[in-house]
Amino acid sequence: MANDVNIQITDRDGTTHDVLAPTDMALNLMEVIRLFELAPEGTIGVCGGMAMCASCQCYIISSHKLNEKSEDEDAMLSEAFNVKQSSRLGCQIQITNELEGLEIKLAPED
Amino acid sequence: MITTDIIIIGAGPTGLFSVFEAGLLKLKCHLIDALPQPGGQCSEIYPKKPIYDVPAYPEILAGELTDKLLEQSKQFEPGFTLGERAETIEKQTDGSFIVTTNKGTQHKAPVVAIAGGLGSFEPRKPSIKHLQSFEDKGVAYMIKDPEIYRDQRVVIAGGGDSALDWAIFLSEVASEVVLIHRRNEFRGALDSVDKVQELKNKGLIKLITPAEVTAVFGKSKLESIEVSNLDGSSQRINTDNFIPLFGLSPKLGPIANWGLEIEKNAIKVNNALDYQTNIPGVFAIGDVNTYPGKLKLILCGFHEATLMCQAAYKIINPGKRYVLKYTTVSGIDGFDGSRKEAPKAVVKSID
Repeated sequence: MANDVNIQITDRDGTTHDVLAPTDMALNLMEVIRLFELAPEGTIGVCGGMAMCASCQCYIISSHKLNEKSEDEDAMLSEAFNVKQSSRLGCQIQITNELEGLEIKLAPED
Repeated sequence: MITTDIIIIGAGPTGLFSVFEAGLLKLKCHLIDALPQPGGQCSEIYPKKPIYDVPAYPEILAGELTDKLLEQSKQFEPGFTLGERAETIEKQTDGSFIVTTNKGTQHKAPVVAIAGGLGSFEPRKPSIKHLQSFEDKGVAYMIKDPEIYRDQRVVIAGGGDSALDWAIFLSEVASEVVLIHRRNEFRGALDSVDKVQELKNKGLIKLITPAEVTAVFGKSKLESIEVSNLDGSSQRINTDNFIPLFGLSPKLGPIANWGLEIEKNAIKVNNALDYQTNIPGVFAIGDVNTYPGKLKLILCGFHEATLMCQAAYKIINPGKRYVLKYTTVSGIDGFDGSRKEAPKAVVKSID
């Protein structure tokens, strides 16, 4: 469909999933992971998507240019565990057409 | 032993509204919550954030919602056991339950309603090798009694409010305070950040940034830690205490071992009837439960709380008939002797 983008998500067990994420539902990446049930409920998006926990931390594998981190996200990541250079909070990344082909990996659970 | 009609585990919006609905049915409630204050997530995670889908409130701050729920149920005099986590549940021969907290406080009631949200908030522990073996031997994840740090050397790690606030507080108690954070910027109330700056300038707090603690050492107790700077260099610091303060994350916790049917980190309930679990007399309401079509919304929690109270009434008053009363018609009689009612209409002739 024209409104969908392909995203490759590697879950916490190391399994890779190719999903077709809709761009017309105002979803963020954390919500896409929940939509396809790629992480158990209660282990992702704990704060609801306010950048106030790090349960949706993921590593960006592909070289897509993403929106800049907000101060909130930056601060949260500074307190999270298992943080890498490529770490982002999934809840802060909106699904848009520019994300076609995005590859990410979920960070381990705290 | 605290005795009541309904033991409510979790003092978030759903638990607090249960007190009101139970009160209308003349049932008393006692709430247990691991956090030191009522409100659950609304007070702990996002008190200053607005909620837009509470009926009749176009916008309400989460903290404000907590205050209003407390106000609404005040006349039903709920009891609170705060700062303690419900640990065990035991069914008694008379059909009632005893719920015991991690601090040994016991509560007895014929009905238990679990309104535990995402679970109890537990400190997030950094993954440092052997860290757990030093717990209570110099390593702690929350500060209960600051006095135990008097004249001792303390290392705090973290960049949020609690790390800043405790570093400030302990700078007057401990012999040495070191604050370690992964970056130079701290996230906290502006005056706390300024205060730490001031104490650092005076030499009362030693700041190491950007860095993190990567190893802990000691024989029978903690003796030193390894601090790695982000440039790759590292140093060893002698200390008596290491306190990582990295916030709280919710865990279903001991409730998971109560013999309840769990699915997707939530408790399965009968949503066709009364939100009872597989254990008769034990209910699960709000975000903690699951059933086909479940939505984790505060407004759904309110509905579930109301139906739970009706079922609790039947358990507590077996065989007794019940007729729904409207508060507008009947008013509200508080357990504290107060009465709220609609003003009477005036009957007077007009000449």
